[in-house]
Amino acid sequence: MPPVVRLTHVEKTYKAEAIEVAALRGIDLEISPNRFSMLIGASGSGKTTLLNLIGCIDTPTRGTVEVAGQQIGTLSDDALAEFRARNIGFIFQNFSLVPVLSAYENVEYPLLLVGMPAAERRDRTLAMLEAVGLAKQAKQRPNELSGGQRQRVAIARALVKGPQIVLADEPTANLDSATGAAIIDLMRRVQAESNTTFIFATHDPHLMSHADQIVTIRDGMLIDPTPGAAA
Amino acid sequence: MSTILKVAFRNILRNRRRSFMTGSAVAAGVTAMLLFGGFANYIFTSLETRSVQQTGHLTVFRSGYFLFGAGNAAAYGIDGYRSLVEAIRLDRELGPMINVVTPTQSLLGIAGNFADGNDASKTFLGIGVIASDRDRMRQWDEFKTGLITPPDPRFSDKEESHGLVGLGLARILLLCRPLALNCPAPPEQVARKSAGPVNADIADLAGREAGGVAAKADGLPQIDLLAATAGGAPNVVNLTVAGADPQGVKELDDNYVEMPLGLAQQLVYGRAEHKVTGIVLQLNRSEDMPAARARLAQLFKERGADLEVRDFSELNPFYGQVRGMFSAIFLFISLVMGMIVLFAVVNTMTMNVMERTSEIGTIRAMGVKRGGIRWQFIAEGALIGAIGASAGTVFAILVAALVNHGGLSWVPPGNANPVPLSVYVANRPGLILRAWTILVAVSVVAALLPANRAARLSVVDALRHV
Repeated sequence: MPPVVRLTHVEKTYKAEAIEVAALRGIDLEISPNRFSMLIGASGSGKTTLLNLIGCIDTPTRGTVEVAGQQIGTLSDDALAEFRARNIGFIFQNFSLVPVLSAYENVEYPLLLVGMPAAERRDRTLAMLEAVGLAKQAKQRPNELSGGQRQRVAIARALVKGPQIVLADEPTANLDSATGAAIIDLMRRVQAESNTTFIFATHDPHLMSHADQIVTIRDGMLIDPTPGAAA
Repeated sequence: MSTILKVAFRNILRNRRRSFMTGSAVAAGVTAMLLFGGFANYIFTSLETRSVQQTGHLTVFRSGYFLFGAGNAAAYGIDGYRSLVEAIRLDRELGPMINVVTPTQSLLGIAGNFADGNDASKTFLGIGVIASDRDRMRQWDEFKTGLITPPDPRFSDKEESHGLVGLGLARILLLCRPLALNCPAPPEQVARKSAGPVNADIADLAGREAGGVAAKADGLPQIDLLAATAGGAPNVVNLTVAGADPQGVKELDDNYVEMPLGLAQQLVYGRAEHKVTGIVLQLNRSEDMPAARARLAQLFKERGADLEVRDFSELNPFYGQVRGMFSAIFLFISLVMGMIVLFAVVNTMTMNVMERTSEIGTIRAMGVKRGGIRWQFIAEGALIGAIGASAGTVFAILVAALVNHGGLSWVPPGNANPVPLSVYVANRPGLILRAWTILVAVSVVAALLPANRAARLSVVDALRHV
């Protein structure tokens, strides 16, 4: 099966005033589909930058990034947004739900972006809320939900459109260990059910224990840079 | 679009206090524009009503009279005016448009009071009218202003030598006591001084031509009016002064004489053919003016008459000046209010963008395009503007209703008597729509800058924002 993510000689340099800081240095990486993959490394190692490139919200300074068969360097900003809307789901450390929308509306939001008809949208949203155990909280706003419930809404929102890849940046960092464990179990279950590729950036050893593939990054370089070697 | 509006509306509610303050600025702007605009509308309408009541919508003159006739009105008399008045009245097109069509005679001369040992004279500006037509013209109130003057019993068609004068002229001609007017006495050293040979000549002429002066009819004082006839000969008539009214403008007040048309014609034309200087048309509706004017031009062409038509705004330059002044003030107020709204909305939307930077990053990551972000914040600006403008409109209508039913009155410039103060808002949908649209448009423009800034944010930077 061809990789769902392929990075070739990717470099990313940030300019801080006159100083150039290399966040990624010559990354070559392939991630197989339908896997639970982890990007691990110390703070500042470059894992979030790598996740941003895979998520098509950032572009490399050098090298190529191919996601779901699409070279992202060739796409315009609008085309990238369209690509993200259809193919990539995000789960953020701080949940990042839209505060003025209810749980139902937050989950429904990605379906509006892909122009799904209302009836299908409603069915999928309700099914997704049911899948994450929040059917009863559908009308509640994020500030009326607990941290764990918010992250469940975020997971439902990331998965509702059936994306090829779900990217999660430290999804358990703001949760207590029991809730974090429950969230990991939930993600593992829905990943298995939906055959979606999950890619995490994490420090959480409990989360790492569920990994199908671990990619270790240090100082902007992969520890074992051989494509697919970490599988 | 519904999601954008839903999110916009909820974000407005989320920042209630900030939205309220910004909406209040918009509401205050709309209220100010509507109340002043409503007052200006009332002024325009009242002024038009007064002008049309006094001078009609259109006046027919002999060509050249309007520009040159003031120096020698008698030379610009309209020949055969009676048949022309009838032709206008019976015209198929004009007839249904017309409320009143009436001839008038303007004249200049010298008025003198030599009764009871008085020795006072003054140049005058006279107008000869048909009293009943004048009374009908004063009933015209197309715009329901309530500015109707009841028929004046002092000046009617029955009394062929009775007339009215300006209060200033009455004072100068020493008519205050006989007319029981409350006006101050002239300084004694001036009062004792006679105008000399001129007054003596007028008195002599009046005695010779009018069969003696100083006789009082009905207990009312008489004055002598001297003018040159169309042929250039001096002529004098007696006018019984039935009353004196303030004219609002001092120059007019000190010179004004209103008399029956026949008396004016007798003074100006003597035994020669009687003519008039103007034929006044008062229409039922002001909007018919262009059509009536066009038809009059056609009629004159058919009759081979060398006549011109002037409308009330040309005859009363004051009308145009007042309109211009109020329009300029309205524009100025609109600009000030627009600036206030602009800064208030820019400030609010900039704060909204700053506070929601992380949220912008999240929804951009989810696939919302730059345009979607831009529309989101424009919609919020527009919504704040629309809610504020609507609230301001309701408030302005309430305040206007309060003023209109409050029994307030004022004396407009050029008027002699107080009139009810009104503010036309609820019955001016055009004004409401204009003020509302302007300030909502300003709100949208004000939101553009922060909205563009939000749309240009890098997704990564926005997500990193705390």
